[in-house]
Amino acid sequence: MKRRNFLVAAGAALVAGCNRIAETNAGKAVLDAADSWHKNAQRLLTSRDALAPEYPASAISPFFRGNGSTDPQNGDYPRHVDEGFANWRLEVTGLVANPLSLSLENIRRLPQRNQITRHDCVEGWSAIGQWTGPQLSVLLDAAELRDDARFVIFRCADNLNGGDYYESVDLIDAYHPQTIIAHSLNGQALPVRNGAPLRMRIERQLGYKHAKYLTGIEAVASLDDVGLGKGGYWEDRAGYQWYAGI
Amino acid sequence: MKRHALSTRLWHWLNLLCVVVLFMSGLTISNAHRRLYWGDWGFEASQAWLMVPRFPDWMTIPGYYSLAVARDWHILMAWPFAVGLLFMWIAMMVNRHFKRDIVTRRREWRPSAIWRDVVEHLKLNFDHHEGKYNFLQKLAYGLVLGVFLPMMIFTGISISPGMEPTFGWLVDLLGGRQSARSLHFIFAFAIVGFFIVHVLLVILSGPIRQMQDMITGGRKA
Repeated sequence: MKRRNFLVAAGAALVAGCNRIAETNAGKAVLDAADSWHKNAQRLLTSRDALAPEYPASAISPFFRGNGSTDPQNGDYPRHVDEGFANWRLEVTGLVANPLSLSLENIRRLPQRNQITRHDCVEGWSAIGQWTGPQLSVLLDAAELRDDARFVIFRCADNLNGGDYYESVDLIDAYHPQTIIAHSLNGQALPVRNGAPLRMRIERQLGYKHAKYLTGIEAVASLDDVGLGKGGYWEDRAGYQWYAGI
Repeated sequence: MKRHALSTRLWHWLNLLCVVVLFMSGLTISNAHRRLYWGDWGFEASQAWLMVPRFPDWMTIPGYYSLAVARDWHILMAWPFAVGLLFMWIAMMVNRHFKRDIVTRRREWRPSAIWRDVVEHLKLNFDHHEGKYNFLQKLAYGLVLGVFLPMMIFTGISISPGMEPTFGWLVDLLGGRQSARSLHFIFAFAIVGFFIVHVLLVILSGPIRQMQDMITGGRKA
């Protein structure tokens, strides 16, 4: 019994120690740095265009789970649902020479990529679905991205617990061939649960990077002045890792 | 010559710290989605092979539910864990600790010899005359160093979406991402099983001397 108490006490001391370290600036810096070491290691091992695995149609999950916002009720979103998203616009703005404002029809007429990929949630579950849409690179090229752009912000229509959802990636993931703006899941228009009418697919990162209910794509030089400066809704609110390749 | 080489002692304590932090933060990550699946995908109870109990907060890092903070620690400690294991393997190849002390001999696999070793363990007799470790010790250390710990790294890589373009073959070999996640969990508990038996046997075989030797190196018996 004494030994068990010792183990429990040692465990509690370790937890307290970890939390103390995480509160110091140096501790925070190391914990943040570890995530970018993984990013650098992964990018050292993997070419920037290497594809996430794509599956045969037989591998598609019978149902594609929705998570986070699954039925936004804020702002104009319910009206857009009622209109069948006929008046939805996707704006491409920020550090671009030629800002764009696209309708769903414009987006469907661009060259399309089809991919059956696996979606991995940070919580641990996975689902496989077929996504269709234009590559983000096509839009960025059409908008003539400026040389000082370093990140791409995804603006979203959903307000979750009082905050507007947004996400961001750097240009390596923005220009990845599988980074597409999906308007279809398994050959059907995106369900509201999964981000209708448009969502991002960032196939080499976890699910929270795949922004849903997409309204805007904004090129920026720095993430510091966007939201609370951490590069995404969950990054700002809960301290999720900005690089979600692990 | 010391009983434990400096490389062994350094790695032993570093690895203990890594395994404990990784396990306790891993319990928080498990609490985020308490179901395990086989194959590539799974998200519902009907697809799960195991419903994992919720681990109480006092067992976890950070001691309350935060997936983000738990992942911070998991992501950080994965580095010294993996690099340390690589270092230990190189060190015990170079100083011949592996070949000399851990590799089993053919005669040790005879059922009668194994049986004798089991009986001696049950009698709490840890005096073994030839070699540094007896058969069960060699088997346990070999499994931990050669299978359990490396499998944590391989299954961890296979769960990471950013690794998959390069290590897709590994994910396939393990039976898909959700299988890799299940195996990550199973090997984590295999390591805990080793840890419990290891600590118990240290306690039964003279804990003060054992701990001292693993710190100072001790004298060769």
